Amino acid sequence: MRKSKKITRYLLLTIVTLFATSLLAGGGEEGHAGPINTEEDIQAYIQHHLQDDHYFTLFTNGETGHHVGFALPVIILDGGVHIFSAAEFDHGNQLVEKGGNFYRYYHSKIYRTDENGTINYDERGFPSNGKPLDLSITKNVVGILLASVLLLLLFGGLAKSYQKGPIPTGVGRVLEPLVIYVRDEIARPNIGDKKYRQFMGFLLTVFFFIWILNLLGMTPLGFNVTGNITITVCLALFTFFIVQFRGNKEYWKHIFWMPGVPVIMKIVLMPIEVLGMFTKPFSLLIRLFANITAGHFVMMSLIALMILLKQDFGVVTSTTISFVLSLFIMLIELLVAFLQAFIFTMLSALFIGMAVADHDHH
Amino acid sequence: MFQLLNDFSPGLFIMQTILLLVVILLLRKFAWKPILDALTAREEGIENALNMAENARKEIAALEAKNDNLLKEARAERDAMIKEAKETGVRMVEEAKQKAKEESEKIISQAQAAITAEKNVALAELKNQVANMALEIAEKVIQGQMTSDEKQREVANKFAEEISLN
Repeated sequence: MRKSKKITRYLLLTIVTLFATSLLAGGGEEGHAGPINTEEDIQAYIQHHLQDDHYFTLFTNGETGHHVGFALPVIILDGGVHIFSAAEFDHGNQLVEKGGNFYRYYHSKIYRTDENGTINYDERGFPSNGKPLDLSITKNVVGILLASVLLLLLFGGLAKSYQKGPIPTGVGRVLEPLVIYVRDEIARPNIGDKKYRQFMGFLLTVFFFIWILNLLGMTPLGFNVTGNITITVCLALFTFFIVQFRGNKEYWKHIFWMPGVPVIMKIVLMPIEVLGMFTKPFSLLIRLFANITAGHFVMMSLIALMILLKQDFGVVTSTTISFVLSLFIMLIELLVAFLQAFIFTMLSALFIGMAVADHDHH
Repeated sequence: MFQLLNDFSPGLFIMQTILLLVVILLLRKFAWKPILDALTAREEGIENALNMAENARKEIAALEAKNDNLLKEARAERDAMIKEAKETGVRMVEEAKQKAKEESEKIISQAQAAITAEKNVALAELKNQVANMALEIAEKVIQGQMTSDEKQREVANKFAEEISLN
């Protein structure tokens, strides 16, 4: 306990130091200048925030284009591994040449370009340039790492506290009921008393992982990890593969040859059930992504009201309106943060439970 | 939809997959397993303790019932013993009384028999003595009265009278 406290303190110190040095180092300039005060600017700003980023930007001085934050390491796989600081891109103002290829940082993504940095667009208006495999430590990866470290510290500490006595002390007092909640309210009723234990590792990790990342997303640090489609796809695929690999004979029988219905119905049901295999995790990934993205969008839009309503209502009124509405949404988002973690875990447990059920009742 | 596809980043996906796998494995080994084991152990401990308490309670109740029964039995036995003792006592007293009575009666009857015998002996002796005395008196009287003829006649008459009267 004492040791983990020490570790936590060192971790905090490290983060603070990192921030401090980065503040001193400062950032670079981005294309557009001037304060963000029009609807289009705000829209773009929110869009930018919702995306992953290779910079950890705390805030930006719109007028000077000065970013306060620090560049994160870029790791790209493109005919060899290239590791360099994102500072080399200078927020998209600089082309980077590595191993004979030119790379350009454009809308938070790295594209392969010619030496002039030309970006070609397809018919839908998206860049059609090739993209190298980007394994960078992006802002989302930092978020994931932070959440992982927090999880390991918190629950490793809880696990250790059981060595001293049957009742945990300190923060474990709060975490233990949550673990019991996941076990007794999510895993056990959906998977069954006999089989739930082997899926607890996944369910507990996913529950706390999503919840912590949802909560991190509500801090002003600007994480939007669980609101990123890539992350939710990954999470949902974990559930998908667990369901497919752990599904028993009954599960596959229910998909390809539904028992208890006429043959004609069996044939009709087959494609529907096969489709169902994929719609289940798809609903998981869309639900989590959409809820968290929407939450961030609404939150930022309401904060932006302060700027947009300034001319019509004056500074005090617009700030008050914005503050009250934001606070209200913030409280709802606090609930949503838990709810989405709960729903994701709950549905995962439900799908796993359906796949491993014994079907004695038929 | 296309925006989402454009937003999807294979690199981030790989990073997330690897990190999540590592986190799941690490947490499973260092956190979830010990935590769940501890919880299960604790819950089983509590259940066992409750069961044990319940069993102990039942045992105590059974023991109390047993004690009560024993006590009742002892009491009943004691009562029976007292009763028996009382009866024995009464019977013994009765028997003693009976025996004493019989003995006394025997003694009395023996005494009576002895008395009767003594009396008879005494009477017989008395009779003898009286007879002797009467003879002596009669002898003396006769000696005195026979001094004269007259007196002899008188006595003879008197006897004769008496005899005739009888």
